[in-house]
Amino acid sequence: MVDKSLELFDCGHRACGGCGPAIAARLILKGAGKDTIVVSSTGCMEVFSSPYPETAWKVPWIHSLFENAAAVASGVEASLKKQGRSEKVVIIGGDGATFDIGMLCISGAFERGHDFTYICYDNEAYMNTGIQRSGATPYAASTTTSPAGRCSTGNKRPKKDMPQILAAHGAPYVATASVSYPADFMQKVEKAVNTKGPCYIQVHAPCATGWGFEGNLTMKMGKLAVETGLCVLYEMVDGKVTRVKKVVRKPVEEYLSTQKRFRHLFKPARKDAEIAQIQAIADFNAEKYGIDIKLKKEPAK
Amino acid sequence: MALSVGCTARPGKSRSNRTGSWRVFRPVFKHDKCTKCGICALVCPEGCVEQSEDEFYEANYEFCKGCGLCSDECPAEDIEMEQEEK
Repeated sequence: MVDKSLELFDCGHRACGGCGPAIAARLILKGAGKDTIVVSSTGCMEVFSSPYPETAWKVPWIHSLFENAAAVASGVEASLKKQGRSEKVVIIGGDGATFDIGMLCISGAFERGHDFTYICYDNEAYMNTGIQRSGATPYAASTTTSPAGRCSTGNKRPKKDMPQILAAHGAPYVATASVSYPADFMQKVEKAVNTKGPCYIQVHAPCATGWGFEGNLTMKMGKLAVETGLCVLYEMVDGKVTRVKKVVRKPVEEYLSTQKRFRHLFKPARKDAEIAQIQAIADFNAEKYGIDIKLKKEPAK
Repeated sequence: MALSVGCTARPGKSRSNRTGSWRVFRPVFKHDKCTKCGICALVCPEGCVEQSEDEFYEANYEFCKGCGLCSDECPAEDIEMEQEEK
């Protein structure tokens, strides 16, 4: 059982007000419990939680480089195994460290089959260095390296499907979660740390500063992403999808129109083609994972 | 303060950094319609909403940054944001 009152991520860290990743950090440690060793890669969470000589972590925590968190964790896990100890190893990395920079070490560690849990907090760009696009940035989002303007409608590429890549490595447990569904997320963390072998959880963590919304809306933004079908919450055990969160889907506009990074789709002129393309991504997700709840009052065809 | 290889810090040392000074709006826990569900404590990015002895929740204003998430997420709408006056 997850102990909700367990507080292993302390006050006084320097995240922005309403930070999604900060909520993720707290929930991860509630789910993983106190016998946990955390390995962090460079990223927003590493920076705001550990400006020397301060640290918000109340569990053993180590940071080395941007790209090698999975390799460091492999060493930690191998050492624990040799010593016959039972601590859980949890890696926490941002989407930049996971999707782009750390890919090589992650692939290697998953292939070697170390017993750890890799958690990627996905805020969909390099927020710490000033909102540059990453492999996780969604289609048409404006970032500082994919700025929207006269000649551009923002990021041209769709989001990389990282959970499927790691499932293809033969990971026994792969899940996606969102900070807006805390109970579901904590349960998934608990399940992952108690599963032997390399497990992966990708948690959608809205970033108020990078996405351009007020800090009090973080939870609502995460919920909208799930309710529009742009972020699908599912669980994969041994490569098969076993559980999916079903929703009554809302049009993607409700999600897009509330964020500055998608503002160019509505002002100065509405860009219907781009919005339709994002809706198509949501429709594809809905079809692929079967997330739609069929309402009873649907008119007969 | 020299920075050396293998620098370490005491667990939870960040408490010496009082982030409460960032606050523009202060969440006021009215304890009027509160059902003690604890969602405010769960969603707080700071982890500064604490349960007191009478089981009601209260924000620790030494750390609360005033983001307003607790107020927005409270199902009973029992937390009000008030402008900070200094």
